[in-house]
Amino acid sequence: MNYSLITLEVLAVLMGLIVLLADLWVSPTARKALGLGLAAALGCLLAFAVGSLAPQSGSAFADMFVVDDLARYFKGFFLFAALAVVLMAVDYAPKFGAGLSEFFALTVFALVGMLFAASANDLVLLFVSLELITVTFFVLNSFQRTQLASLEAGVKYLILGGVSSAFMVFGIALIFGTANSTNLAVLAAKQKELAHSALFLIGLLFVLVGLGFKIAAVPFQMWAPDVYQGSPAPATAFLAVGSKAAGFVLLIRLLVGAVPQITAEWHRLFVVMSGATILFGSLCAIPQRNLKRLMGYSSIANAGYLLLGIVAGSAAGSTAMLYYLGGYTLTVLTAFTVISAIANHVESEDTSALSGLGQRSPFLAACLTMAIVSLAGIPPMAGFFGKLLLFKSVLDVAPGHPELYALIAVAVVGVVISLYYYFSVIRAIYWGGQSANLSIIPVALSTRIVLVACVAGMLVLGIFPQGLVKIADHAVAGLSHTVAPAKAAH
Amino acid sequence: MDSLTSVILTPVFTAVLLLLIPGNFRVVLRLAAILGSACTAWTAVSFFSRFHAGQEGLQFESLVPWVTVGPLNLAYHVGADGLNIGLILVTGLVGFAAVLVSWNIERHVKLFYVLLMSMIAGAMGAFASLDLFFFYFFNELALVPTFIMIGVWGRGEDRNWAAFKITLYLTLGALTALVGLVAFYVAAGANSLDVIVLKAHLAAHPLSVSAQTWIFPLVVFGFATLVGLFPFHSWAPVGYAAAPTATAMMHAGILKKAGLYAILRMAVPLMPDGAHRWLPVVAVLAVGNLLHCAWVALRQKDMNLLIGNSSLAHMGFAFLGIASLTVIGVTGTVLVMVAHALLAGLSFALSGYLETQTGTLDMTRMGGLLRKMPFYGTALVMGFMASCGLPGFANFAGEATVLFGSWKSLPWLVIIAAWSGLIIGAVAMLRALRAVLQGPEKPEFSRVADLGYWRRLPFVLLLSAMVLFGVAPGILTSRIEPAAKAVVAAHLTPSQAGQAPAVPAAHAAPAASAPGHSGH
Repeated sequence: MNYSLITLEVLAVLMGLIVLLADLWVSPTARKALGLGLAAALGCLLAFAVGSLAPQSGSAFADMFVVDDLARYFKGFFLFAALAVVLMAVDYAPKFGAGLSEFFALTVFALVGMLFAASANDLVLLFVSLELITVTFFVLNSFQRTQLASLEAGVKYLILGGVSSAFMVFGIALIFGTANSTNLAVLAAKQKELAHSALFLIGLLFVLVGLGFKIAAVPFQMWAPDVYQGSPAPATAFLAVGSKAAGFVLLIRLLVGAVPQITAEWHRLFVVMSGATILFGSLCAIPQRNLKRLMGYSSIANAGYLLLGIVAGSAAGSTAMLYYLGGYTLTVLTAFTVISAIANHVESEDTSALSGLGQRSPFLAACLTMAIVSLAGIPPMAGFFGKLLLFKSVLDVAPGHPELYALIAVAVVGVVISLYYYFSVIRAIYWGGQSANLSIIPVALSTRIVLVACVAGMLVLGIFPQGLVKIADHAVAGLSHTVAPAKAAH
Repeated sequence: MDSLTSVILTPVFTAVLLLLIPGNFRVVLRLAAILGSACTAWTAVSFFSRFHAGQEGLQFESLVPWVTVGPLNLAYHVGADGLNIGLILVTGLVGFAAVLVSWNIERHVKLFYVLLMSMIAGAMGAFASLDLFFFYFFNELALVPTFIMIGVWGRGEDRNWAAFKITLYLTLGALTALVGLVAFYVAAGANSLDVIVLKAHLAAHPLSVSAQTWIFPLVVFGFATLVGLFPFHSWAPVGYAAAPTATAMMHAGILKKAGLYAILRMAVPLMPDGAHRWLPVVAVLAVGNLLHCAWVALRQKDMNLLIGNSSLAHMGFAFLGIASLTVIGVTGTVLVMVAHALLAGLSFALSGYLETQTGTLDMTRMGGLLRKMPFYGTALVMGFMASCGLPGFANFAGEATVLFGSWKSLPWLVIIAAWSGLIIGAVAMLRALRAVLQGPEKPEFSRVADLGYWRRLPFVLLLSAMVLFGVAPGILTSRIEPAAKAVVAAHLTPSQAGQAPAVPAAHAAPAASAPGHSGH
């Protein structure tokens, strides 16, 4: 067996353990330096993961764990996200009180869960990696122990996460019972006969409940706004980027890779789910004033847009999802890095607290504006091209399926609505109200580097999307796509 | 580099340069912006003068493959023909004028000029683009600058509301058009959004009538919302009234034309059957612009609302020319677009200056200003007379051409257009002139001052361009005509558009009989 395939994961676990141990000897004042060291180590790991020394494609552990282009694609973004989150936490440290090193370590452990999720080719590994992510987030979300909202966020995530995990285990049990295997490749081979088994379909549905919770899609989105609002900003960022992307990579592996025929037959379900998620997220975001809560609803709406790729069911749809997730990662990291950087200088997390940001720090203001523009899907940022690819993938398969045209109409309405609440943030930055405090907000060098990297990434992806689209296209080439609605029509 | 890329990159580089200058070096920032926009204008003028009139096909072309992955194939393709060379010219001129009139911006000078430059770059890119994806991309570049500029430097209590209204309307229109474009991409099967590629492909494989019938309205009404076609127009007057002068000049003058340009570039020539089905609807709505907006303009007390509404009324002529589907009508439309860009730029520059002097735009409170401000008054008279359609200005040339071109196919609409555009419009403008310039002097405006010599430059520039194209419209029409022929070529034999793409253009396009053709 080729153990070298899990080099990345092993190295990441070691990093987490080293941070935990180092905490015993590092003085409290030097803990920020520990974070910077960890970020540097993650940067090396990222370079290793995207470089030519990275593990070659293959599978290990009885085909449970695969390394392919799809896994590599996501691992790169997970590592980058973890790096950015660690640096964010360094900025956010004064708000944590004690336990900064534990926050770093838990972030790395959640990262390990995501890395495994990207490679999961078996429902068991899928479950275990998701649990690793979920359990670490119980702690990360409630890390500000003195804050009631943070504790509430942790408890909510714990209870709803527990319920969704229960569904998932039950579903996996049913699938194992009917298919005699939990391996996705085996399921793919047997999907024709399994499609007639009601028990298998129920099992699959239950697994989807679990994944729907991860990606915060309607009707499993209830937790997102509260948890996003209550959690410390770096934890929210990681939740929004890493946890969601992990949910989507598993969704792609399961629905597009393993059981594309059943996905095609269920495509009405995904149409409804996607449309409802877009509308719920967009409409509920309108009255929000808390910035993190707004991002929570925005993340729901974005899950809806991403589901368009599943609805399309084609290679173009999966490519679009991958590209969109890439751009979304950079965008959300930019937004939360700014939120973390100003957390110590503004009194509240309301959008009104942003007033005067245009004067207090033109740099942060510009970064946040660009992130918002990207989220709203306006050129020249990455978000625009991602939405274009998603819309196109659905319109590709739409002829003859009026419900898909309706879905596109809903998505367009969603984008217009989202513009209203996104641009309210821009208004708050540049001309919303009068801020009494116009002192300059200092920005640490590490934060500056992350922001410049993210904004440059958003711009490059938006103006020269060719590179990433090509990589995403390669990454999904191994999946067995069927053009969903065309199949369903037969 | 003899490609239109240079005219897009000049404002982009200027914006980047401005970003590198510290924010408190205001004079340096202003000079850099003036220099950059002057270079842009000069580049545009030089392209216009080097353009070979009367020649078919594209000039100053450049083509760079941009995204080619699987079935997705987009290219950066720019080039000039009669449809866009005039628009590129006026974008340069109005952009330069907009930078020049922004001397009264005091807050966030750097941000202002960066946003203004990106608006100019976006407009240039949109007009130069032959790939519809890039057209959309560049056109949307102006959205966020518009929003921020109205919010930060805008006028009036309502500017917050106006900023959101203009943004949401424009986005809804743009997205509708985008869905239409993507559906068109999928339906055409050419794996390209390059109009040149599409034209060749569709000549061999025409799009089915049913697909044209539902894609055409998405594209055209989407883009028409960006132009302010009645009844999708209500964002325009409030938006312009709230916008700072330069933004209103750029938006009303230049960016509004982008929607028309896309309709002429793509929708009408590439979907002839859809055009025959839907353009009569557009023609009727255009009368809504001509009558309704002109009438609303008549009732305005605020000078910006007057200009905004009257500029919407002028858009009615542009739509009417398109709907006529004749070479003369389309040529007239392009003339109107060019002329109106100059006029709208001039009008908003004039109202902006007036507000800096009087602190208000309420015309009922003014009077007798001609004595205090002879140069300004003269410019205002010339601008508003041009808006009435006085011969000698480019606007007259354009509107008259549209009316001639539309007479055969849409006689009743021409009568209404002439009546409303030339009578109601004239009444509105003349009343405004009387209220502002004539009558007794008001004591509260005793301190108003005329424009200094340097400040006159943008006004002189725009006025002389209007007069030049007014007395010698042949400079423009000789350039426009071959392109206008290409636009309507497909309409001469709608059902066999594919077989005979190079039919010599005749003047009588059977628009009235067209629905019968496209029915099968």
